[in-house]
Amino acid sequence: MTAEFVFLAFILMLSIFLGFELISKVPSTLHTPLMSGSNAISGITVVGALIAAGSQNSELSVILGTAAVVFATINVVGGYLVTNRMLAMFKKKEGGKK
Amino acid sequence: MNIGIESVYIVAALMFGLGLKLLSSPKTARRGNLLSALGMFLAVVATLFNQEIIDFRFIAGGIVLGSIIGVLAARLVAMTAMPEMVALLNGFGGIASLLVGWAEYDSTMAPTNFTAVTIFLAVMIGGVTFSGSVIAWAKLKEFWFGNFGISKAFVFKGQQVFNSLLVLAILACGLLFMMNPEEGYQYFLVIIALAFLLGIMAVMPIGGADMPVVISLLNAYSGMAACAAGFVIQNNILIVAGSLVGASGIILTNIMCKAMNRSLSNVLFSGFGSVVNAAGSGSAQGEVKPVSVSDAYLLLEAANAGAFVPGYGLAAAQAQHAVHELSQLLEANGCEVRFAIHPVAGRMPGHMNVLLAEADVPYDELVEPDDVNPIIETVDVCMVVGANDVVNPSARDDETSSIYGMPIVEVDRARTCIVMKRSMATGFAGIQNPLFFKDNTRMLFGDAKASLQGLVSEFKHD
Repeated sequence: MTAEFVFLAFILMLSIFLGFELISKVPSTLHTPLMSGSNAISGITVVGALIAAGSQNSELSVILGTAAVVFATINVVGGYLVTNRMLAMFKKKEGGKK
Repeated sequence: MNIGIESVYIVAALMFGLGLKLLSSPKTARRGNLLSALGMFLAVVATLFNQEIIDFRFIAGGIVLGSIIGVLAARLVAMTAMPEMVALLNGFGGIASLLVGWAEYDSTMAPTNFTAVTIFLAVMIGGVTFSGSVIAWAKLKEFWFGNFGISKAFVFKGQQVFNSLLVLAILACGLLFMMNPEEGYQYFLVIIALAFLLGIMAVMPIGGADMPVVISLLNAYSGMAACAAGFVIQNNILIVAGSLVGASGIILTNIMCKAMNRSLSNVLFSGFGSVVNAAGSGSAQGEVKPVSVSDAYLLLEAANAGAFVPGYGLAAAQAQHAVHELSQLLEANGCEVRFAIHPVAGRMPGHMNVLLAEADVPYDELVEPDDVNPIIETVDVCMVVGANDVVNPSARDDETSSIYGMPIVEVDRARTCIVMKRSMATGFAGIQNPLFFKDNTRMLFGDAKASLQGLVSEFKHD
């Protein structure tokens, strides 16, 4: 148990560090897509939701898991699509549409 | 632990990281987002091979329903409504983490103490994120209940005491739950209810103008909730992805606070904007010099370097396309054009950039205040469209001003400054703007869109 916890805590610490390094380089122009895109990433909870919805441990856990799948999927699908839609609008001066 | 599934998770984590890295330039950003989405897809597919999953009916139904709603929402949302959409998506991420924590508790019923701690965290953070996001969404929608506008800061006496007691109550229930999770179901349900209440109470006192901070913060919470859920089910990919998102939310929160020169606690607890701050407001005096559209045209016609400073008023007037048309005509007339965008110019971080990009303004013309301020003396005409507090020189000169120290676009140092405004009304901060009385400032009163279109037609008639 403790070994497992230490392992997970290590991952936590390193990914927080990585996150700060990566995201501080994002220019303010792209902060809205960054937010909706990272929002979609936080829909990764869908992974946990799938396991809860699919493993028939208790009736309630299946219901809760299925609801979680719905919410997390909205988060993932909506987040990535809307980010893509926004990023498609960013154009350079030349080669932009006339 | 299934080696196959875990290996795919490693690849997915790598793709999330790379995707965020590619977001550092508008050129590669779209590819980065696609890469990140592909990583998510792989993670989901790999999870379906998990041996605990024996029934796929509910999974399939949930995914189909969620995808339909997600696709429709992403297609239909207007760019001006992006903050509302992101607020809701934050909330959905939060509630999903809460539900995952709850499902795990319900299916084991006898978690170890360590797992009980993580379940408590996932449920609490997830619950606060969800109800807080719903309130933030309602504030952005500017709902009215009778005479009560929800977008206003809602403060009452003893609010902070109440909220502190609420936090203590959650912690107490959490402790009772964690000490004996097997028989703690009633405490668990109370924790969920109190977490919802805390989310509501925490966002209610925050005024509509501070929404960029709140959305960023809720973004961070949704990441932390996913992280906590990752500890509950001991899943690496949740921890990695959740902390990436948490970090992004914290960085954006920090940037927004700096851009308003306020501490986070000041934003969260002060109820800024609920009371009009009278201190340091009356000092600006002098003569206002209004101009007509044709006078403004003559100024612009002679300009070699121009800068637009857009504020939320531009988006409210739906004038993004008009401003782009004018900027193109100016460029055709030999004038160099930039858009100086203050970090808090929209309703969420970077919002104004998206709105202008939608109107086909190329991103290399979108610059930050720090890029413009050093060269602002060489700008012939600065056009302030629907912005007020972010160009208020008091923030630089007047130590008694409530916005003193806030970074601004120093348009008062440009050769000429044209301010497009409906009236002499004050901005969100409720303070007078001495810029309007400066010698080199001209006021162009009226609807921003109508004024811009007027200028466009002046150029075309020429």
